[in-house]
Amino acid sequence: MTVSKWTAAKIARKVIDKKELFILDVRNADAFADWKIEGHKFDYLNIPYFELLDGVEGILPQLPEDKEILVVCAKEGSSVMVAEMLSEAGREVAYLEGGMKSWSSYLEPIKAADLENGGELYQFVRLGKGCLSYMVISEGEAAIFDAVRFTDVFINFAKEKGAKIKHVFDTHLHADHISGGRHIAAETGAFYYLPEEDAAEAVFDYTPLTNNLNVKIGASQINVSALYSPGHTIGSTSFMIDNKFLLTGDILFIDSIGRPDLAGLAEDWVGDLRDTLYSRYRELAEDLVVLPAHFMIIDELNEDGTIARRLGDLYKENHGLNIEDEAEFRRTVTDQLPPQPNAYEQIRQVNMGKLNPDHGEQTEMEIGPNRCAVR
Amino acid sequence: MNITKTLDAKGLTCPMPIVKTKKAMDTLNSGEILEVLTTDKGALSDIPAWVKSGGHTILEQKTEVETLYFYIQKA
Repeated sequence: MTVSKWTAAKIARKVIDKKELFILDVRNADAFADWKIEGHKFDYLNIPYFELLDGVEGILPQLPEDKEILVVCAKEGSSVMVAEMLSEAGREVAYLEGGMKSWSSYLEPIKAADLENGGELYQFVRLGKGCLSYMVISEGEAAIFDAVRFTDVFINFAKEKGAKIKHVFDTHLHADHISGGRHIAAETGAFYYLPEEDAAEAVFDYTPLTNNLNVKIGASQINVSALYSPGHTIGSTSFMIDNKFLLTGDILFIDSIGRPDLAGLAEDWVGDLRDTLYSRYRELAEDLVVLPAHFMIIDELNEDGTIARRLGDLYKENHGLNIEDEAEFRRTVTDQLPPQPNAYEQIRQVNMGKLNPDHGEQTEMEIGPNRCAVR
Repeated sequence: MNITKTLDAKGLTCPMPIVKTKKAMDTLNSGEILEVLTTDKGALSDIPAWVKSGGHTILEQKTEVETLYFYIQKA
């Protein structure tokens, strides 16, 4: 039997199209429990590769005959070994090229909306990590929001669309992933904006992102305006695009809200978070479509793979927006927090320009889920 | 500590450090100690997990610069 090599892109399509897949994950049990490839119709078997060194015969009965089988490990090596053993045992299997490292890195660009006069809004879905980045394209100009560190993906995408990148924004200083924002700006000559309150320790030049800052994209003047919305960080800023879309950064997600503790100041910022969610956003039009900077679980994906929901619907359905008692809200976002993201303190240092890890070290820092939310 | 055998797996990537560790352990008698040197960071979690599943014991482990050292006593 042959062993085939699948790319992360191929698996991303299976997730979005809700296809069936059987994943044999050969990482150790802790790694699997912490983080895996999520799919609506995926089934899993976790057997560490080091328990299969004497042979795979023992697990053959547990592998379905009627589904495609994908072997997954951290970097690829062990999955190739196990896939070849299964192939010799007569089973047709595939392995994930580059392992979970490549899954964590893969970005799927999906069109989220058509804007005025042929403008487009794209959401870049990083399925493996739950990060969402955005690009607005309008008549030869582009603006990017919360770009992750794979700068080539954004630069090449804009190039293919014939658009020059003019503005690059980060809604806040990220703690769960390394920003590509300032590097894209440096390479393309675009402006790089960061909220000043978050960037006090930053060692690079940037344009301060202030409340009500307004830029126009392209000849059709797609409007992008900033709305100061602190709580996840003291500088967290949202964006209104074309008066139809609300980029909420890490303040409001589809099924959860932002956590106030990743810069170490949960007690101080919980009041800001409450004001933003229960006052500032409340005053906005309910028909705005919320586009967050993260998703947490695969169920948040819409049919087309995008992660987007009407603000008015979130006020009905999102638990974090429906805690009337302020003391209870405070407890929810300070007491029962999930574990912090992997290496979040180092990642903040990188995003301030104080640490400059190489590519391999960046990959290590970003291993695991994003964990920026409170449910 | 009386080291019975040393396995230098530096520079090898997953799964080879464990494959070689297993082969080396197969040549040891119960109670004897294998020293493993590896530069694969994945070994930090994988070797202890493999040792545990085989019923062996890690007597000591340390990191010096880029190299991880494991001292494994065979069950």
